[in-house]
Amino acid sequence: MGEGLPYIINGISVGGQYALIAIGYTLVYGILRLINFAHGDVFMVAGLVMVYATSALPLYLALPLVLIATVLLGFVIERVAYKPLRSAPRMSLMISAIGVSYLIQNLAFYITGGIPQPVTRPIPWISDNVMVFGQSTKRVTLLTPVLTILLVLALVYLINHTKIGMAMRAAAKDFETAQLMGIRINAVISMTFVIGSFLAAVGSILYFTNYPSVAITSGGMPGLKAFVAAVFGGIGSIPGAVVGAFIIGLCEELIKGAGYTTFSDAFTFALLIVVLCVKPTGLFGEKVTDKV
Amino acid sequence: MKKLSAFLLTLAMMLGALTGCGGNQSGSSGSAPADSGNKTVRIGIYEPQTGDNGAGGKQEILGMQYANTVQPTVEIGGETYDVRLEIVDNRTTPENGPSAAAELVNRDVSVVLGSYGSGVSIAGGKVFEEAGVPAIGVTCTNPQVTSDYDCYFRICFLDPFQGTVLANYAYKELGVTTAYTLAMLGSDYDQGLVHYFTEAFQKLGGTVVAEDFPEGSANFVSYINNAKSAGAGVIFAPVSTNYAQLIIEAAAAQGYTGALLGSDTWDNNKVAESTTGKTVDVKVTTFYQEGGNPDFDNGIKEWINANADAKTNNGGNDMIAAVTAMGYDAYFTALEALKAAGSTDPKAVMEALPSVSYEGVSGLIEFDDIGDAKRDAAYIKTANTQTGAWDFVKVQGVD
Amino acid sequence: MTMKKKKSIFLVVVLAVLLAACLTVDALLPGYHIAVTVIKKATVYALVAVSMNLLNGFTGLFSLGQAGFMLLGAYAYGVLTIPVAKRASVYQYFDGGSIQFSLPESCAGILGDAVGPTVGMLAALLVGGVLAALMAYLIGLPVLRLKSDYLAIATLGFAEILRAFFQWNALGPITNGSNLLKSYPTFTHATPYVLLSGGMIAIIVLLINSTYGRAFKAIRDDEVAAEAMGINLARHKRLAFVISSFFAGIGGGMMAMYMGTIAAAPFKSAMTYEILLIVVIGGIGSITGSILASFLYIFSSEWLLRGLDSGTFLGISAPSLFKNGFRMAAFSVIIMAIVLFFRKGIMGDRELPDLLDRRGRKHKKEAAEK
Repeated sequence: MGEGLPYIINGISVGGQYALIAIGYTLVYGILRLINFAHGDVFMVAGLVMVYATSALPLYLALPLVLIATVLLGFVIERVAYKPLRSAPRMSLMISAIGVSYLIQNLAFYITGGIPQPVTRPIPWISDNVMVFGQSTKRVTLLTPVLTILLVLALVYLINHTKIGMAMRAAAKDFETAQLMGIRINAVISMTFVIGSFLAAVGSILYFTNYPSVAITSGGMPGLKAFVAAVFGGIGSIPGAVVGAFIIGLCEELIKGAGYTTFSDAFTFALLIVVLCVKPTGLFGEKVTDKV
Repeated sequence: MKKLSAFLLTLAMMLGALTGCGGNQSGSSGSAPADSGNKTVRIGIYEPQTGDNGAGGKQEILGMQYANTVQPTVEIGGETYDVRLEIVDNRTTPENGPSAAAELVNRDVSVVLGSYGSGVSIAGGKVFEEAGVPAIGVTCTNPQVTSDYDCYFRICFLDPFQGTVLANYAYKELGVTTAYTLAMLGSDYDQGLVHYFTEAFQKLGGTVVAEDFPEGSANFVSYINNAKSAGAGVIFAPVSTNYAQLIIEAAAAQGYTGALLGSDTWDNNKVAESTTGKTVDVKVTTFYQEGGNPDFDNGIKEWINANADAKTNNGGNDMIAAVTAMGYDAYFTALEALKAAGSTDPKAVMEALPSVSYEGVSGLIEFDDIGDAKRDAAYIKTANTQTGAWDFVKVQGVD
Repeated sequence: MTMKKKKSIFLVVVLAVLLAACLTVDALLPGYHIAVTVIKKATVYALVAVSMNLLNGFTGLFSLGQAGFMLLGAYAYGVLTIPVAKRASVYQYFDGGSIQFSLPESCAGILGDAVGPTVGMLAALLVGGVLAALMAYLIGLPVLRLKSDYLAIATLGFAEILRAFFQWNALGPITNGSNLLKSYPTFTHATPYVLLSGGMIAIIVLLINSTYGRAFKAIRDDEVAAEAMGINLARHKRLAFVISSFFAGIGGGMMAMYMGTIAAAPFKSAMTYEILLIVVIGGIGSITGSILASFLYIFSSEWLLRGLDSGTFLGISAPSLFKNGFRMAAFSVIIMAIVLFFRKGIMGDRELPDLLDRRGRKHKKEAAEK
C-alpha cells in the first residue's frame, strides 16, 4: 500500500483536473454534437490570464478576473465560430473548432512570444507542502478532487432542478423539438459554453498552481485526455465524464508507477479506441440512433 | 471569369516568384547598421525562436546581437565591412530546418551561426553543405552535427563529453551508485545524453534506471516516485527548460532528497528561479559561468536592461545564460574567420575556419579535424534556492 | 471544338506550362535554393492534402490520422534506403541497427548504377505506401464503423499511439528510437518531386473519375441512399481509407526526402490539422484546390511572408507589430475567415478545367444580353 499510495493520490488529483475539463466537452457534445477542439486551448488561455492577472492584481481580484475572462472567451468562441454554422454539416463545425484551436494557439504564441510564462505568484496556502500518510505532497493535490466533486454536485443540481437546466436537457434530447417548444436554443447553447468555460477556468487555476509555467501547448494534452475521459464515461453524461476522468487519471499514474512510462499517453488513446469499438456509448452513455 | 482571373493571377504570381528569384533577394530582417557607406557582410543566424527550444534560441541570439553592437564592423581584405545579422527562425523541428536554411543561403550569408538544438542543425546542415556555406554550431552538442558535414564547425563541448562529466561528478563527487535517468520520448538530445551518461556511469560501477516521458507531460510526480522507489541518489534529466522546471517542482513537492542533475539546457534563469524557496539540490553542467568575464557580464547586462525586447527574450531579467555567452563567442569566431579568409565568399570562410583560434569569454576556441572545439572542461553550477541564481561549484573534466 | 476537348487542351497546356516552369527553375537554380526548397515541400503537402481530400472531401469520412500514415511512410523510406556503410553511424546507440541492407544499393547491384539507385528509392517509397495501406486496413476494420467525429478522434488517437511506438527504445534497432534517421539518398532537384507527386495525384484523379469515385461521392452525399443503390458501404469506406493512407504513406516518404532527417516528432496532430486546413482553404472536394492551397500556404509561410515575423514586411517597418508569431497569427485569422465566410474555399468543388465552364457560360450570357 505504501508503495502505491503516492501514485494513487496523484492519479486522483490528475483525474480531478481532467474531470473539470471533461465536463466542458461533454456538455457541448450533448447539445451540439460537436467535439469542441478549442476547449483545451480555452483552458490554456485561462492559465495565461491567471499568470498575467496574479502578477498585476491582488489575488481576490485576479481570480474572479480569470473566471470572467475565460467565461467570456468561451461565450465569444461559440457566438463567432459555431453559431454561424448551426445549419452547416457537422464536418464544417468540427473544422471550425480546429481552426479556433489553431487561432487561439497562434495568438497566444504571438502575445507570449512563444516563451512559457512562469507562474510567479502561485496561490498561497494551497500550493504548500503537506504530509499524507508519510508522503509529501501539495495541498492542492488533495483539494482538487474535493473541489471537483463539489462543483459537479452543484452542476447536477443546476441541470436537474432549474429552468435553464431543464432547457439544456431538452436541447440535448432533441434540438429541433426543443426549439419548437419555445426554448431559446441560442441562450441554452451559450449557457453550456459558459458553464464549460467556467469549470475549465477553475480546473486551470488548480492545474497551473501545481505547475511552474504555462506554455501555449499546455492545453493540448490535458484537453485531449479530458476528451477521452468524456468519451470513456459516455459522452453527454456528466457523471460519466467525471468517473471516466478519475479512471483515466488513476490508470495513467499507475502505468507510470509500473514502469511503462513510454506508453502512458499511448495507453489513454488505446483505451479510447477500444471503448469506441466495443461500447461506443461509453460507461454511462445513452444509446443514440442516428436519424435518416 | 472572376475566379478564372484570380486563378491565373495566382499562377502568374507563383511563376513570377519562381523565375524571378534567381537574383539577389534583399534580406528583410536582422539588424541593419546605419548607412555608413561601407560594404556589408551578412552573417546568418539559424536559430529557433518558436517551438520547444524557442526560449533557448532567443537567448543565444541575444549574445550575437549584443556582440554585433559591440563590434558592428569587420576588416576583410583591407576594407571595412558592416556586419549585418540575418535571423531566420527554424521553429525547433527538423521539418522546418531545410527551408529556413535555404532562406539564409538565399540571403547571401557568408557564414551561419546556430542552431540551438542538434536535430534541426543536422537537418539544416544538408542545405549548408550543398550550398557550400560554413556553419558554426553554438550549443548543439550531438556529435553527428559535425561528423556528418564538412561545413559544420562547433564551439561547444559534445554530448559524450558532457554525459561522461556528469556521470563522473555523480559517482565520484556525490558518491552515488544508483542513478535515475529521465528523458523525453522523441528527443534525440535527451536520449543521446542519457546514453552517454549511462555508458560512463555503468563503467564506473553504478546502476542506472532509465525512463522516458511523452512529449507534453506536465505531471512528473509519478516519475519522481519511481526514482525514489528505485533508491536513486541522483535524477539525471537532460530535458528542455520547460520540463526542467516541472521536474524541479515535482521533486520539491514529493520531498525528493537526492540531487537533480541537468545538462546545458537547464542553465537558464527560469530554472534557477524556479528553485527559489524549495528544498531541492539542482546541479548543471554548462559552457560558461556568470562572473567569468566581468567586462562582458556588465556590458551585456547594461545592454539587456536598456533594451526592452532583449529583456523579454532573456526571460524578463538580466541573468546571463551560458548560451548567450556562447552566442557572443560564436559571433567573434565568425569575424575571425572572415578576417582570416580575407573575403566574404563562403568557400573562403570555410577554408579559413579550421585554423581560427579565438580567446572568447567561454575559453579558448580552436577546432579539431572534425570541426569540433577542443574543450576539456565543463562548469558545474548549482541553483541557489535562496536567491534563485546560479552558484559556481567547480570545473569538472573527464578524469 | 467541344467543351470537353477544350477542357482537356486547357488542362494539358496548364500542366505543360507548370512542368516547363519547374524545369526552368531546376536548370537555373541550385537544389538548395529557397525556391526549389519550397517547391519540394509544397508538392509533398499537395500530395498529402489530395489524399486527405479523397477521404474527407470525396468520401465524407472525417479522418485525422494522416500524420500517422505519413510517419509510417517516412520511416519505411528511411530505414530501407540508408546506405549500409552509414548505418553504424546513424544507429550509433543501437550497434548499427538490425537491418543491414539498403534498397537503392541492392537495386544498383541488379540494375546497374545508372538507374538502380533511383529504382531502389522509388521501391522504398512504394513499400512505405503499402505499409501505410496495410496499417490502414487493420485499423479500418474496427474504426471505420464509427460515426464522423468518433472516427476523427479515433484516428487521431491512433496516430499518437503510432508515434509512441516509433520512439520506443525497444524498437531502436529498426527505428533508431528517439534519434534521427539520416544520410539516406534524396532527390536534389524539384522536378522529381513534381513528377512523383503529380503522377500520384493523377492516379487519384483517375480513381475519383471511376466507378469507385462515384461510389465514394454517393456515400458522402447520403450513406443510406448509397447503400440502397447497392453500394457496399463497408467495402468502399475501407477502400477509400486504405487508398488515402497509401498515398499519405508515399507523401510521408517524400516528406522524409525533403527533410533530410527523420524523427517521429514532426508527425504530430498539428501536422494533420495543418493539412486539413490546407484542404479547407483549397475547397473540400477539389483536387485543384488542394494543390493550389498547398502551394500558396507553403510559399507564403516558408518564404514570402517571413517578413511578417521579423519586423519589416513590404517595406513597412513595424518591429513591435511584426514580431515573432505574427505570420502564423495572421494565417489563422485568414483560415477562420475562410472557414466561416468562404466555406467553399478557393475552388469549391470545381477542378481546373471547370474554370472554362464559367467563362463559357458567362460569354453565352453576355451574348444573350446583347
